[in-house]
Amino acid sequence: MSVMKPVREVGIVGYGAYIPRYRLAAEEISRLWRGGQDAGALPVKEKSVPGPDEDTVTMAVEAAQNALRRANVPPEAIRAVWVGSESHPYAVKPTGTLVAQALGIAPATLAADLEFACKAGSEAVQAAVALVGSGMADYALAVGMDTAQGRPGDALEYTAAAGGAAYVIGPADEAVAVLEGSYSYVTDTPDFFRRAHQHYPEHANRFTGEPAYFHHIVNAARGLMEALGLTPEDFAGAVFHQPNVKFPRKVARELGFSPDQIRAGLLVGEVGNTYAGSSLLGFSALLDEARPGDRLLLVSFGSGAGSDAMSFVVTERIEAARDRAPRTRAYVARRAPVDYATYARWRRKFTV
Amino acid sequence: MDIPRNWRLREQRYRLQGTRCTACGECHFPPRHVCPRCKGRALEPYRFAGRGTVYSYTVIYQAPEGFEQYVPYVVALVDLEEGVRVTAQLTDVDPEEVTIGMPVEMVLRKLGEEGERGLILYGYKFRPRIEGSAGGGP
Ligand SMILES: [Zn+2]
Repeated sequence: MSVMKPVREVGIVGYGAYIPRYRLAAEEISRLWRGGQDAGALPVKEKSVPGPDEDTVTMAVEAAQNALRRANVPPEAIRAVWVGSESHPYAVKPTGTLVAQALGIAPATLAADLEFACKAGSEAVQAAVALVGSGMADYALAVGMDTAQGRPGDALEYTAAAGGAAYVIGPADEAVAVLEGSYSYVTDTPDFFRRAHQHYPEHANRFTGEPAYFHHIVNAARGLMEALGLTPEDFAGAVFHQPNVKFPRKVARELGFSPDQIRAGLLVGEVGNTYAGSSLLGFSALLDEARPGDRLLLVSFGSGAGSDAMSFVVTERIEAARDRAPRTRAYVARRAPVDYATYARWRRKFTV
Repeated sequence: MDIPRNWRLREQRYRLQGTRCTACGECHFPPRHVCPRCKGRALEPYRFAGRGTVYSYTVIYQAPEGFEQYVPYVVALVDLEEGVRVTAQLTDVDPEEVTIGMPVEMVLRKLGEEGERGLILYGYKFRPRIEGSAGGGP
């Protein structure tokens, strides 16, 4: 199959991250639920936890504000606000309109919420690429953001975290990174799901690995590289969806990427799995360290299941844009540990 | 609070939008219809940059209904760069970390919820300025 690419050249003109301040150590969860018995095999060191007054709306607004500052375009120039998440605060009432209003983008704009488990963020980017690439608009905002929840004591509780990133997609000649093309790969795979009105998702344990995460990421990444005539050596850096530290390392190795190529964007050990935010957040950290001319690979994964693979080439505009907003690593470094009791109170895991 | 009132206040709450007098240049928050300095009536919407310092503060342990989730929290008088003083909750900070004169920046946060079925209310709060931030909210 050929690469997907709009008729008009587009790219990332601005990007921004957000990670909440609070952290819950995996050891603390292990101590509570497993008596510390799995302490040698924890999937992450710690995960980010939203404060009691944070949700996908407030976090999306800050990441998008950072993206707008880097893009240096007036908010009214944005013609679409698409927010990918599986933790939209309302079941019915869009996150997108709130974000658009808070940023001064409303009213002359499209706004909608996207859902596809952890792939909702990259799906929003793809939609923004198509809108700008068709010439319907000059700028569109795509956000991947989540405040993920795991059932108390469940394996997912170690990693289900909060955070994400926002991207302003615009014309290639204003871009900090120009899109070379994308390749998407989806199948009906029931590795992870949540029915309506349920608080916590179900997951199919070992089924989440080979037939889900690895199969889709490998096929999307290979499909893209083949269509573009590229090999792993052509990339300065790569980000693969980060549900834990092990999976992205393993899939990178399988595809032929070195540990050094994924180092800058690998945040999951310190912030956990930010679901729809995960690959976009990692990619923002990669952009923070990128140099003009670098080729970067982004591959998301969402349960259900599917992957979007995208290749970008960084331009000299990155140097000026980078310092107009806080770097992703500054949000990683801004941390205040909380204990399980505080976390449980804030996340309303007690029913009173 | 009722839905129409919350809706009317959204620019003020989400964006720290007040007014500026076109005659004497004074900025006001909350927005005014008449300039308190020169009595002029030609006022335009003005979005505050959202940067300021803590003038004074108090720690709340007994919260009103709907705010129990956030206890203990800090309510501060914040002096904005434009010379206006606003009252707001501080966030992302432990009460013992707060000092007079501390530089803060506006962020959009949840103010509260009208129960399990009602609206979620959003508005400005202030937090300690973070590294690399241009400061201020949306
Ligand atoms: Zn006046």
